[in-house]
Amino acid sequence: MKVFTYSPGGVHPDESKITKDFPFEVFKSPPVVVIPLQQHTGAPNNPLVSVGDYVKVGQKIGDTNQFVAAPVHASVSGKVLAIEDRLLPNGTKGKCVVIENDYKDEWVELSKRDSFEDLPREEILKVIRDKGIVGLGGASFPTAVKLSPPPNKVIDIIIGNGAECESYLTVDNRVMLEYPDKIIKGILIEMQITGAKRGIIAVEENKEDAALLLNKKVQEMGLSNVEVVLVKTKYPQGGEKQLIKAVLNREVPSGGLPLDVGVVVQNVQTLKAITEAILEDKPVIERGITVSGDAVEKKGNFIMRIGTPASFIIDTLGLNRKLRKLIFGGPMTGIAQASVDVPVIKGTSGILMFGEEALEMAPQEESPCIRCASCVDSCPMGLMPFLIDHASRRKDLQEAERLHALDCIECGVCSYVCPSKRHLTENIKGVKQAIIKQKKIEAAKQAAFEKLKQQRQKEKEMS
Amino acid sequence: MAKYDIDLVVNAAPHIRDKVNTSSIMRDVVLALIPAMVGSIFIFGERVIVVYLVSIVSSILAEYVGNLLFHKNSSLKDFSVVVTGVLLAMTLPPSSPWWMVVVGAFSGILLGKMIFGGIGSNPFNPALVGRAVLMVSWPTYMTTWDKPRFFIGFPFRVLSLDAITSATPLNVVQLQSYSQLISEFGSKLNLYTSLFFGTVGGSIGETSAILLLIGAIYLFIRKVIDWKIPTFYIATVFVLSFVFGRDPIFSILAGGLFLGAFFMATDYSSSPKTPLGKIYYGIFLGIMTVIIRQFSSYPEGVMFSILLGNALVTYFDKTMPRVYGVFPKKEVSK
Repeated sequence: MKVFTYSPGGVHPDESKITKDFPFEVFKSPPVVVIPLQQHTGAPNNPLVSVGDYVKVGQKIGDTNQFVAAPVHASVSGKVLAIEDRLLPNGTKGKCVVIENDYKDEWVELSKRDSFEDLPREEILKVIRDKGIVGLGGASFPTAVKLSPPPNKVIDIIIGNGAECESYLTVDNRVMLEYPDKIIKGILIEMQITGAKRGIIAVEENKEDAALLLNKKVQEMGLSNVEVVLVKTKYPQGGEKQLIKAVLNREVPSGGLPLDVGVVVQNVQTLKAITEAILEDKPVIERGITVSGDAVEKKGNFIMRIGTPASFIIDTLGLNRKLRKLIFGGPMTGIAQASVDVPVIKGTSGILMFGEEALEMAPQEESPCIRCASCVDSCPMGLMPFLIDHASRRKDLQEAERLHALDCIECGVCSYVCPSKRHLTENIKGVKQAIIKQKKIEAAKQAAFEKLKQQRQKEKEMS
Repeated sequence: MAKYDIDLVVNAAPHIRDKVNTSSIMRDVVLALIPAMVGSIFIFGERVIVVYLVSIVSSILAEYVGNLLFHKNSSLKDFSVVVTGVLLAMTLPPSSPWWMVVVGAFSGILLGKMIFGGIGSNPFNPALVGRAVLMVSWPTYMTTWDKPRFFIGFPFRVLSLDAITSATPLNVVQLQSYSQLISEFGSKLNLYTSLFFGTVGGSIGETSAILLLIGAIYLFIRKVIDWKIPTFYIATVFVLSFVFGRDPIFSILAGGLFLGAFFMATDYSSSPKTPLGKIYYGIFLGIMTVIIRQFSSYPEGVMFSILLGNALVTYFDKTMPRVYGVFPKKEVSK
């Protein structure tokens, strides 16, 4: 198999794929699930149930009529205890439906299909939206929206993203090893609705066994329009933009989307979910999650119900030392949690637990920038992170924007390599938000000014 | 949740960091300089130990004073001041009086580094600032050279010391001629071998090409320095010397080129940060070095070239890398 990669930039942290050979285990269903109403990027959902209602597994409990959204479903059967604000994995509070599990696992009726080939495009898209599918790699963007490009854009290639470049995480690896057929079918479904001619599944070299298995399956199914390729093990190889550059040598234009270069990139677990939604009528009520890190007693890859609280996971799997850091996601981009009460959501790919060593793994004390340019050499976007960081500290938004701060993909590489342990990624994220906010304010000001001008004009005409 | 001990810390991603830090980098540089340091003690005798010690101790003292003067937290633990101390000593003649070394170290650290805000903020290489101050203050001391204690000729035989002047090879070439220099050493090969091992007159740490190269290779392997600046610097000197009718091999081995190219021009703070800028900078330093050697009254041009290059780093850094997804005006995206 040919090996692809992008350049320049990227780093190679310790892979720490401890749970690589741990097959999926079905995780115990918790006594209470906390299901956030909004688990996607886009418009918020409204609750479809009220306190005291009895819900079945797979029942839709939150939705909206907005386009950029994905509904949420009950992951257990039982009584709705509350609909209230709870702490979410992203650090904010949001409306959640709290369901008490009656352990009867009573499902809503599912209408299975034998094939997808004869389904019309609109029907498939409707199912994908209806089953609450979002990007399961962590971005949580509604999949149906991603697959509905504006009429002037042509999608010619679907890339299945099996790079899984973050350390510790092994879910995508396990999905590829255990559900290769569903991934390939998912690609075929996406090709059918977008009209794409080619499907490519990209897998990092450190998961060659998965790539070989997928390739074997593709051969067996006799597919000539789907191929499996290897990409170099390097972070952030699985970044959408980096993967497109590596595999196709196309570059997503600044400020644009993959579909601007005719590509849709989809995580392998999302592809599996699409197949399950179409053929089994199954909504996203559970997902694969890697639980790893030095502090957790029983590591592994688990199929967990959405809404499972971290505290329940800790109680079930056990700790072997004082827990100092709880990360939802990978070590490079994941979010450190302040509380163990947060629930697993659709975007949770991993839960990492560390003891005291976490403080050493990410020293917080900064020393002066020595201008070694390590961040420049390793930025996968070709930015000058230390200059954007300096601009951010000066609150010089104009300079930060000139330095293309908005093109930053927030992969964390600059902070990772910095010998002075400076919080580059954090500051660049900050300045990005400030720039976006300022742009909004300016747009509002401009609009108000235009309105005033029109009003004056009118007054003039009147007098 | 009484079952487990939980005390969560929260910070922004990433949650892992590379193990390299500022002081480990600086320690690597000092380690890389050790072969050349040890070599220089063999070549010029034990008195250079005094120069090294005085230079390192006064540099540390100067940084301490600087921290007090500018109300800064102690910056001694980052180890960078030791690098400056060693490098300054290496650029001085073996017979340098101790008080001159003290003045050099204080000027280098205080005028070259601390007044700009300390590590990472200095536009010029501190060791070279110190050397430049001494060069204009005590030119006689700075151009008085000692004979090495022995000469190694080709292949590995010790040559007689009698015929050879104590002046540096570049000095001989400027004041007399290249053929005169070769006749002093007996043959071209003897001269090359002497330059390779460092048994020629010159500054304490600049003479041995092989020992400096060993240190430089260590720094490349440890990814402390980038190959672009030294490679383009030395290559430019090689090519341009040939153009000016000089012996290119002699030109890159003689003088302070290896010390300057590998250990001074690569100083993080005072060199360009962009990949393309590093290449242009290396070429610029090469051109300036050859021009100074060829046309000025100084036989060597490495110090002034690097200081001049330092002053122009802002311009070299205008060559920013191309941002992903941002295309040059003419090119149309797919």
